[in-house]
Amino acid sequence: MLSKGLKRKREEEEEEEEEKEALEVDAWWLDPGHPAVTQAPPNVASSSLFDLSVLKLHHSLRQSEPDLRHLVLVVNTLRRIQASMAPTVTLPPVPSPPLVPSVADNLLASSDTILSASMASLLEDLSQIEGLSQAPQPLADESPPGRPIGGAPPSLGALDLLGPATGCLLDDGLEGLFEDIDTSMYDSELWVPASEGLKPGPEDGPGKEGAPELDEAELDYLMDVLVGTQALERPPEQGR
Amino acid sequence: MGEDTDTRKINHSFLRDHSYVTEADIISTVEFNHTGELLATGDKGGRVVIFQREPESKNAPHSQGEYDVYSTFQSHEPEFDYLKSLEIEEKINKIKWLPQQNAAHSLLSTNDKTIKLWKITERDKRPEGYNLKDEEGKLKDLSTVTSLQVPVLKPMDLMVEVSPRRIFANGHTYHINSISVNSDCETYMSADDLRINLWHLAVTDRSFNIVDIKPANMEDLTEVITASEFHPHHCNLFVYSSSKGSLRLCDMRAAALCDKHSKLFEEPEDPSSRSFFSEIISSVSDVKFSHSGRYMLTRDYLTVKVWDLNMEARPIETYQVHDYLRSKLCSLYENDCIFDKFECAWNGSDSVIMTGAYNNFFRMFDRNSKRDVTLEASRESSKPRAVLKPRRVCIGGKRRRDDISVDSLDFAKKILHTAWHPAENIIAIAATNNLYIFQDKVNSDMH
Repeated sequence: MLSKGLKRKREEEEEEEEEKEALEVDAWWLDPGHPAVTQAPPNVASSSLFDLSVLKLHHSLRQSEPDLRHLVLVVNTLRRIQASMAPTVTLPPVPSPPLVPSVADNLLASSDTILSASMASLLEDLSQIEGLSQAPQPLADESPPGRPIGGAPPSLGALDLLGPATGCLLDDGLEGLFEDIDTSMYDSELWVPASEGLKPGPEDGPGKEGAPELDEAELDYLMDVLVGTQALERPPEQGR
Repeated sequence: MGEDTDTRKINHSFLRDHSYVTEADIISTVEFNHTGELLATGDKGGRVVIFQREPESKNAPHSQGEYDVYSTFQSHEPEFDYLKSLEIEEKINKIKWLPQQNAAHSLLSTNDKTIKLWKITERDKRPEGYNLKDEEGKLKDLSTVTSLQVPVLKPMDLMVEVSPRRIFANGHTYHINSISVNSDCETYMSADDLRINLWHLAVTDRSFNIVDIKPANMEDLTEVITASEFHPHHCNLFVYSSSKGSLRLCDMRAAALCDKHSKLFEEPEDPSSRSFFSEIISSVSDVKFSHSGRYMLTRDYLTVKVWDLNMEARPIETYQVHDYLRSKLCSLYENDCIFDKFECAWNGSDSVIMTGAYNNFFRMFDRNSKRDVTLEASRESSKPRAVLKPRRVCIGGKRRRDDISVDSLDFAKKILHTAWHPAENIIAIAATNNLYIFQDKVNSDMH
């Protein structure tokens, strides 16, 4: 009755299968004549939407009791965006060196697995609440702050993530969330202006080609938000 | 339509430049009872305010059937779940009236976790002439009592008493989004994100789970329940909607656990309008059976749709509520407006449907003439007893004088909750913390 989401396996060897799955998705967004695509350059739209969605996901996860509907919709949208970003870098017309796609794909795939792990961990925690939560498990070690993309190590216990009284724990935990991923793609090169050219290497990200078009002030703002030093401005919430 | 505005007593002053809205006063649900005589509102602070329609009197021709405050009570209080370290909001998510069976009125009100049955009774007489007590209730000096008297009932100022008769707690792990009373008047259901429970109105310590869409592995969760309702006539049928835009009609006679739907109503995605946000905007925020029981009305982010129970493949009618937002979905996703849940309503004869929008606009669609109108609920735009002026949103191109451009719409002013009188052309519109009640003095025409 209920259509099941794509189940992402956590093992590294499954990444290739996942890449194939992503590539098989109907790539309507790549059609240049498509109205939704012509609204914005797809690369810019995808990567900033991706970041925005990740932010929303984390904001949702930070709630003491996340709004399931909001969470599920954001995750599903994130998966769509993610699926659209993977095939983009492998297109011939895109002027990126062949070295980039494999790195980007690996990063995307691994970020996807970590995203899934994060989601799975949270939802599992939610389900554990029903039958009384388990003993909390030790958090992962802190990583250097400022990692914009996160995944939760599966060991995050229910109380750690969801208890309001453990707010400070959660802050530490948020650092722990960022530990596993190689975030070098976000270090600097992604935001480099066009004049510096498109350099190959692990620093390049999937949205590289479109990044120079983003306003620098906007990028700084985004980075600050990702780092957590600036709160996102929202209209007052009216219910869920 | 004439306007009869009600001001909440606790409402703070409405300043032109900044509208100070106390969070607790934000109306979260509106519901007429079965005769339309009473109108209940719930708010974010856990309060319920009931309005009663004054009978039309020749003495006061101007107050023809206006609604006045009848009773106010605190339905839910904020709670703290110590076991899970979670705060439970007192916001009233839904109110549903029970059909009246005696002199008292009853309603169900629910927050995220607990449903309560309230009984509303009137007291307009009191006994006077006790033998042992005097008027103030003090014991009389027995030496002054020379004869026996029978106390008589004398009229007094009307007093409305509200008491909680049942508390249905601990039935839901996730947040309750809807409740619906069965036509058998004995049972009702409550739905949260993943489960639907069936309760008997007289039994509070147990409920029956009739729908459970929680996957064995929460990693596989991709869909949640967004709304549900019992069929108005067939006590065995109910419908529930999902975040993916589908409707499932279930028959309780088929199995104890209605995980297998009898009918699945789903419209295939239009390939020409696909976007990253297709799923979010297809999420159904409200579902309502028509009074006839033959149709269902659903609201998703941009449209309202009418479904025929006999046709699962697609809706029979689709109405665009604010299609001009389709090109703004990215911004609306960013500010979370895309997740707003609008309600929808039928009129008494199922010929007109209504739903809210932004900028304090609400829309009505006449199913027969296919005409539609946009109206605004705000003090600034309409004076009491004036006829509401139709509004227009212009996207670009030729702009008429009173048009509003899309970019100047106020997305903080959303009309999420609306209700239509069961028989007459009277509608209740909740605009943040204000309640507007509009009556149609003219017989049938829509403006």
